[in-house]
Amino acid sequence: MSTQEQAVVHVQRDDLRTRMGMWLFLFTELLLFGGLFFAYSVYRYLYASDFALAGKEMHVIIGAMNTAILLTSSMTMALSITAMERGNKRLSILYQLTTITFGLLFLVNKYIEWSAEISAGNYPGSTELAAKSHGQIIFYGLYYVMTGLHALHVIVGMTIIAVMCAFTIKDVITKDNYVKLEAAGLYWHLVDIIWIFLFPLFYLIN
Amino acid sequence: MSSEAVSVPLDSHSSYLDYTGKYKGLRAWIFSTDHKRIGILYLVALLSWFAIGVTLGFLIRLELFTPGKTIVDPQAYNSFFTLHGVIMLFLFVIPGLPAVFGNFFLPIMLGAKDVAFPRLNLLSWYLYMIGSLLVLLSIVLPGGAPDTGWTFYIPYSVRTSTNMIFALTAVFILGFSSILTGLNFLTTIHRMRAPGMGWFKMPLFAWSLYATGWIQILATPIIGITLLLVIFERVFHVGIFDPGLGGDPIMFQHMFWIYSHPAVYIMAVPAMGVISEILPVFAKRTIFGYKFIAFSSLAIAVFGSLVWAHHMFAVGMSDTGEFIFSLLTFLVAIPSAIKVFNWTATLYKGSITLDPPMLYALAAIFLFSIGGLSGIIQGTLSVDIQITDTAFIVGHIHYVVFGITGVGIFAALHYWLPKMIGRMYNHKVAKVAFWIFFVGFNILYFPMFVMGWLGMPRRYYDYLPQYTTYHQISTVGSWIMITGLIIMFYNLIKSVKYGEKVDAKAVWVYGETLEWTVPTPPPHENFDEIPAITDGPYEYKFNDEPILEEEES
Repeated sequence: MSTQEQAVVHVQRDDLRTRMGMWLFLFTELLLFGGLFFAYSVYRYLYASDFALAGKEMHVIIGAMNTAILLTSSMTMALSITAMERGNKRLSILYQLTTITFGLLFLVNKYIEWSAEISAGNYPGSTELAAKSHGQIIFYGLYYVMTGLHALHVIVGMTIIAVMCAFTIKDVITKDNYVKLEAAGLYWHLVDIIWIFLFPLFYLIN
Repeated sequence: MSSEAVSVPLDSHSSYLDYTGKYKGLRAWIFSTDHKRIGILYLVALLSWFAIGVTLGFLIRLELFTPGKTIVDPQAYNSFFTLHGVIMLFLFVIPGLPAVFGNFFLPIMLGAKDVAFPRLNLLSWYLYMIGSLLVLLSIVLPGGAPDTGWTFYIPYSVRTSTNMIFALTAVFILGFSSILTGLNFLTTIHRMRAPGMGWFKMPLFAWSLYATGWIQILATPIIGITLLLVIFERVFHVGIFDPGLGGDPIMFQHMFWIYSHPAVYIMAVPAMGVISEILPVFAKRTIFGYKFIAFSSLAIAVFGSLVWAHHMFAVGMSDTGEFIFSLLTFLVAIPSAIKVFNWTATLYKGSITLDPPMLYALAAIFLFSIGGLSGIIQGTLSVDIQITDTAFIVGHIHYVVFGITGVGIFAALHYWLPKMIGRMYNHKVAKVAFWIFFVGFNILYFPMFVMGWLGMPRRYYDYLPQYTTYHQISTVGSWIMITGLIIMFYNLIKSVKYGEKVDAKAVWVYGETLEWTVPTPPPHENFDEIPAITDGPYEYKFNDEPILEEEES
């Protein structure tokens, strides 16, 4: 890089800086979940048959629906960025709102699923679960912690996109300056990717 | 500060102490996104918590003056050592150098006007304050202060009825603050260096913050999730760590140390950076082995992340696991030793002046060498079984953490505080304080090695009479050291208001890094014009040292 080019960096906006900050933040998120994936793999190894047994009771249909919902929402998120890139503000807002709606749908499904589990007595501290084997108790412990933490990320992601929506309406995010929207998109894809790993671990391997 | 500002025109060229932006008084500080003001905010908070930590340490030593009860009952004693650890580690040494001096000087050293994300920077200060207040709340709220030790080991941290949730949440939030600082610095270093400042023209303090930044963002999330799991364990009984429900407490220890060992390097590496800054200035010599020092920071970051299980040699791991972790522990000594040898080589044939910053820097090298070598002893499997959980470990951690990081912070204070406030402290008093502190330090911590070797367990409230002498020497040492600390801080704090004014840009004459090219104290925007860098950071243009046999480069 020539010195002149670098000097310009200081007076102009530096999109790469924002992107880099976001990527670094995503690393930390991956490691946060990494700790949980680590715990999961150790206990899966220790209590393989119990995990398979507990996994059979998961609601695969709801899980599959949620996977589809999140994947689609990632697409609408990407579309909203492309729309902004091409200067179509209205379409971008529309896609952002769609993404938030998909997030909401995901949470509704999650609520239904958790309610079903809880009414069946499969929650930490319940007498029904206490009667089961150690492996099953840990399976449900991990299930609630990991999907709960993920759901929290979905909520955070929706909030961020809602803020981006307001920014787009106020023209803070424009055709020439949409790096904030891009960063929000990166975060949303992370939320999606983590779910893609959670889904097989809890619902499919049994 | 703003009252002094009457005669100066308040534009972006005036000193950052005068430039208040749109706010006045306290609000001009707590809403400022200026990296220099945030650095000062951290400094004030940090030193306040340090005072509390020292007081607790003083009480621990006082309690151990005689076997059995001396001043407090066992429960209070347990809380003392827990909070002493939590406050000193999470509130003082981990944020210490990056948050205060990194914030203040990193952008200036790189030739930038601020960090990459100034608002995020302020947010991390708020998170730090929230975390700190939660720690303090855990002491005063009914339920009792945490009593698990700073390591929060399972299963006791799930069973105890004290205010664990506060302490755990606090450390979680503090971790978040630390991550944001690391992220900010990494981006700043990557994207905001002045034109011409290639990677190998960066000051070594910036290199050390770069390595630290990576450890902060890669290791801290792990302790975040670990402590979150302990909270869930306490509140919801999820069973992941609780052996009663099938969980594995050893897993907690692994996950705890995966962060907490690299955290040692979050503390130590920036201090090594400070030493690398100070030595050339007071030896008037170009730093020896610049690239080796720079890369050894990264090497420490890499190796340091792979040695966590040496804290757990006594838990019954597989032999293979123990051998590997022991070997890696020996390897991490290599980059640390590279630094020490390069520092020594920098001093060789230098024209050394023993100003206060230099004294502290040299003391840090000396104490770190003792601490580091005792670490090698502990890394040896057979020996470690003997000294696990003894006072030896306590001696080691204090020589390393206090020895290099704590003393490194003092060195940085004496080196940079005049630049930050534009006033110089009294050198004579600073030197007297140093020697009292240094002597007290060794009297306080060295007996711990001896009594630990003889079998004195750590964290015990009571002890057998044969250890009495060592404990009493150690306690007397704590009085001497604290006397030194009081004189030192009295001198520094007094200088903020009454110290002799310093106007020279280069406060220490031989400082060659960029912070010595801006006015003292630095103006709001640091630079009128972003400097163009042509030379390395320590190329002495007016070197009056004897010519060496080194070849010209």
